[in-house]
Amino acid sequence: MSTAATPPTPPAAQPEGAGSTVSGRLAEAMRDGGPILPLVTVLFAFIMGGLVVLATGHDPFSTYKAIWDGTGLKWLFPWTPSADRELAAANLQQTLITTTPLILLGFAVAYAFRAGLFNIGGQGQYTVGGVLAVWVGSSFESMPGFPHIVLAILAAVVGGAVWGGIAGLLRATTGANEVITTIMLNWIAIWIAVYLFGLGGPLQSSTQPDIPVSNDVVEAARLHVFWGDPELQGLHIGIFIALAASVLFWVLLNRSTKGYEARAVGLNPEAARYGGIRVGWTYVLVMALCGAFAGLAGSLDVLGWQFRIATNDIQISQLGFFGIAVALLGRNTAVGTVLSALLFGALLTGTSVRNLDPAVFEPEMAQNLTFVIQGIVVLLITTDVLLMQLWRRIKRGRRGDAAGEPGAVAA
Amino acid sequence: MASETPRTAGAAELALELRGITKRFGAVTANEGVDFQLRRGEIHALLGENGAGKSTLMNIVYGMATPDEGEILVGGTPVSVGSPREAMAHGIGMVFQHFMLIPVMTVAENLVLGDEPRKGGMLDLAGARRRTAELSEQHGLAVNPDAKVGDVTVGQQQRVEILRALDRGAKILVLDEPTAVLTAQETAELIAVLRRLRDGGTSIVFITHKLGEVLEVADRVTVLRRGKTIETFDTAGADEVSLARAMVGRDVVLRVDKAPSTPAEPVLEIEDLRVVDDRDLPAVDGVSLTVRAGEIVALAGIDGNGQSEIVDAVAGLRPVTSGHVRIAGQDVTGRDPREVRDAGLGHIAEDRHRRGLVLPFSIAENLALRDYHASSRFGLLNPKRMLDRARGLIGEFDVRGGSAATPCSSLSGGNQQKVVVAREIAGDPKVLIAAQPTRGLDVGAIEFVHRRLLAERDKGRAILLLSLELDEVRSLADRILVIYNGRIVGETTPDASDEELGLLMTGGSSAGATGIAS
Repeated sequence: MSTAATPPTPPAAQPEGAGSTVSGRLAEAMRDGGPILPLVTVLFAFIMGGLVVLATGHDPFSTYKAIWDGTGLKWLFPWTPSADRELAAANLQQTLITTTPLILLGFAVAYAFRAGLFNIGGQGQYTVGGVLAVWVGSSFESMPGFPHIVLAILAAVVGGAVWGGIAGLLRATTGANEVITTIMLNWIAIWIAVYLFGLGGPLQSSTQPDIPVSNDVVEAARLHVFWGDPELQGLHIGIFIALAASVLFWVLLNRSTKGYEARAVGLNPEAARYGGIRVGWTYVLVMALCGAFAGLAGSLDVLGWQFRIATNDIQISQLGFFGIAVALLGRNTAVGTVLSALLFGALLTGTSVRNLDPAVFEPEMAQNLTFVIQGIVVLLITTDVLLMQLWRRIKRGRRGDAAGEPGAVAA
Repeated sequence: MASETPRTAGAAELALELRGITKRFGAVTANEGVDFQLRRGEIHALLGENGAGKSTLMNIVYGMATPDEGEILVGGTPVSVGSPREAMAHGIGMVFQHFMLIPVMTVAENLVLGDEPRKGGMLDLAGARRRTAELSEQHGLAVNPDAKVGDVTVGQQQRVEILRALDRGAKILVLDEPTAVLTAQETAELIAVLRRLRDGGTSIVFITHKLGEVLEVADRVTVLRRGKTIETFDTAGADEVSLARAMVGRDVVLRVDKAPSTPAEPVLEIEDLRVVDDRDLPAVDGVSLTVRAGEIVALAGIDGNGQSEIVDAVAGLRPVTSGHVRIAGQDVTGRDPREVRDAGLGHIAEDRHRRGLVLPFSIAENLALRDYHASSRFGLLNPKRMLDRARGLIGEFDVRGGSAATPCSSLSGGNQQKVVVAREIAGDPKVLIAAQPTRGLDVGAIEFVHRRLLAERDKGRAILLLSLELDEVRSLADRILVIYNGRIVGETTPDASDEELGLLMTGGSSAGATGIAS
């Protein structure tokens, strides 16, 4: 076993990883897409959004203040006066209700990204999940609550997985690009749902024949509201399911063999194949898992606060597409995705008609502000190379000024 | 030992001088107090093992990296080189291993890229062609200005790179392992070109880890070892042994000794194998061969004669048209890669970037690529075991430049190759296919891999070696099969002469070799 080729001196003992110093760790975080870049991006997006507000003739500071109040996040701070706390609590419940599906829809995109796939089908998978959840939840009226909920969620998860898996299967067998197929599957899902719940559709409400809406989820199959008034859309326990899914996401991706396979395929499919990984099968599994996350999101919304699906809701919903921004900003990591889902959840809630003070900024316009910020975030986060270059130039410029003496190569 | 203290040269004589350059990447020190002096009108080889810090040093010179300490002097004047643009302004040009050319554009268009001649706000194509022709004439580097870069040979592309650097006014030319991608013929041409440029007054830095080239082309050589300057000396009077010693830091056996083999039972059996290539043309045309336990069989041949396709077919990476492959008696024909590996195949892939490694993965993750599933429980990886195992293999295979958690992308090529070799051997295969196992490695690493392969042979593994280097084939193989045009055209022994092998490899027959009728 031993050979004569032992090196004369072993290289200096190196600590685990290159990041033994603070700056080293920082540099590593930057290289691996750590938290700095997304934070800079968000800051930049907010500044740009502020300029847009300014252009409309409003005061950006009071607008952001109003949006901040609308998010209810100040409830978290102990110095908030108790007079404001009640309203803040209600607002925060709304923020977290929106955050719940965004976390899962972010994972639906992020997991695919890690396997080198671009899942634009979150919206469709979310719709399939919602449809199945509302169907199960509004049927089987005599069923006890807990198994009923589990069954509805399971149906949504499986339905979403099938919907995502189709795209993976097409990619694996025919090479059809998942970007195209998932977009098409979105439309198929949306129009099937519109047909099902539309006037005269097979699942249209049996009590309101004039309205294109589903039956209501029965009381027993609704998720428990643990904070706030159930009558006024309090916070349901779906947030905990989403957080549990975050742990699952992390474990799957970083600690499971399937996650290892997905990452290997995402980074170098040829090396993965050489290593014995079944690349096509991995595509199917990854897309199915993404669909399962999105389907779960659909079921939590339906069972948690919507309780019914109207056809026009299906057509205007954008949540699945927000999942792309959530994943991008969250750098396709578990923690990052949760945090960026919270950001977008807060933005969407803070600028909503219900929560924003119309005296400060018209909520109809404010919702567009969210879209502006989302757009800038996506634009910037996908051009991180550009940002890095800017950053480096700024750094070099600064150092170049400092190192004035000739001959110094400190720059 | 042909070393001598470098003559202290006057500042005016020096085209480029580096003093005390130090560069660290995190905890890894790539260069440590490196001194380097390039005289005017000389070809100066920068020699060192993989990962010795040669490329880093020259990236600093070219403004691609900023040193943590030290200074750069061009023509005796201290300068700051913050970007390639500034480097060019100081008359420094660099030709990289991987060319920075746009394949769909013509030679002339590529040459002027970044400094395009204009006429009325439009690109002056005629001017670009003229400039290319003039430069080509002036320096004696023949290129066709109108040819598309994607259509010309690698050697030609390299000329375009050199011409482009000269066009930007380079008086100092840095070439990073320029011969790594060239054929023997192209290498000879390049060397002639470099000599002409030197005689015309250009100062040239020639980065390499090949000893023969240093002696052939360079006037002086500076040896780097583990990021430090070891010595600088004239190549006149030096020989390969002394260079190798300076580079590796100990005596290196350029050709390992081996005991005669004691082959046992057949382990890899290929029977009348037929395989088609990517264009559906027959690439392997009825090959039969047997490798027994405890022997190394080399498949020698000129690149593109079906060797790679045989390996791919055996490994389950390419469909088999007809024929049979058996590993230790088990028929693995047409099985998928995982099943073939499980049957006992180890496979050192020919191309470590494309296939052998997932570059952004850590060393530990890459080492687990073939058996991550074996140590898993409930579908979960065992990170602690992966790291422990990686630490052991890093020590055993002398992988330098990082720890178990370091991404393979930040290792030098030679150390990346060691990771591949380590993984495939550690998998305890019955059959080991070693395809170009020492491609891009320096002498020290080559010796290491060669010794290791022989040790594995003596432990009873059956090894099929694919190599384009005749020296390697001869020093390792117990039997040599020559492949030509998808067929085995002869079998010979390691003491066959170059002529004999060369004749077989180009399709001629040889009296000394036993021809195998196919």
